[in-house]
Amino acid sequence: MASKVTRLRALALYKELHRLGRDYEPSYDFHGKLRRLFEKNRNLTDDEEIEKALRFGEYIKNETLALYSLRKYRHLKRMYPSNSTSDT
Amino acid sequence: MRPSAVRLLNILVPIKRAVDYAVKIRVNPEQTGIDLNVKHSMNPFDEIAVEEAVRIRERLKDAVKSIKVVTIGPPKSAETLRTALAMGADSAVHVEIPESAPSPEPLGVAKTLKALIERQKEGVDVVILGKQAIDDDAGQTGQMLAGLMGWSQATFASKVEVNPEQKVANITREIDGGLEELRCKLPVIITTDLRQVQLLNEPRYASLPNIMKAKKKPVEKLTAAELGVDITPRLETIKVTEPPKRVGGGKVANVDELLAKLKEAGITGKRA
Repeated sequence: MASKVTRLRALALYKELHRLGRDYEPSYDFHGKLRRLFEKNRNLTDDEEIEKALRFGEYIKNETLALYSLRKYRHLKRMYPSNSTSDT
Repeated sequence: MRPSAVRLLNILVPIKRAVDYAVKIRVNPEQTGIDLNVKHSMNPFDEIAVEEAVRIRERLKDAVKSIKVVTIGPPKSAETLRTALAMGADSAVHVEIPESAPSPEPLGVAKTLKALIERQKEGVDVVILGKQAIDDDAGQTGQMLAGLMGWSQATFASKVEVNPEQKVANITREIDGGLEELRCKLPVIITTDLRQVQLLNEPRYASLPNIMKAKKKPVEKLTAAELGVDITPRLETIKVTEPPKRVGGGKVANVDELLAKLKEAGITGKRA
């Protein structure tokens, strides 16, 4: 890792993604993939590459959050369908 | 007596640790209730309530003095409070009940909330809670609380606007066949709904840094006895069973077969 700051950022990102991965479909092996992707980049030294990798991590975090909220939304809509007599 | 000068708003958000939305509910072998040995999380309707409280503060800024969350539940409910604090609440109250105790009934919850509200030195102006819990679907607590307190209520809210200067809240409600707009004088009880087209709001994700920060926020521990409330259930559940299994429909190959089946069922299309 290039600097202390990026090291801390990477660690924080890893912890956050790890926590998110707990609710993922187990057969996908989110934690395994997470670890492998991080390990693949452990020896990066170029600032731009590190930044790119961190941004990709953030992107995955947002994608996963979006998936979770969609899943929850769908579940709730199915559990509480709109009244068939109303217009909505 | 509350002074008539503009006062800062205190918001109370009762939340419930309920069976997680994704869990397949099963009746327990004794047929006395549902299997509770499953994942629990904050009731989704209450998440919407917490989010709404935080958004009200984002809109009104300094006019909101505090957002307090409260839950009545076993020790594990503390995690649910932590999530609400991570979403933006300032402080929490945990009315703890023993792990083995039965879940309190809506009336018990309402009475406890009333006792808690009366204990708040700075008063409570807005109570926002979910319209129902996804594990019991009772949908009674908000209304009962409003009745006990003699406060205005707006249930199934799909849009909330609080006006602290005029001491009113303009609330849009989901009703059969459409929407209804109410203007309620503060203090008010609001229960949050899932809007049919979209959620009242999309509850924010409680990030790990926020969860860590939430650990420092104050959590007051109380018991129902300390509040002078008896929450022993008044209802006895006699039996809980699953709904009858859906009988599959049958497919027909062609129109003749359809007519034959209809005839079998006694539907001839001829006037009786």
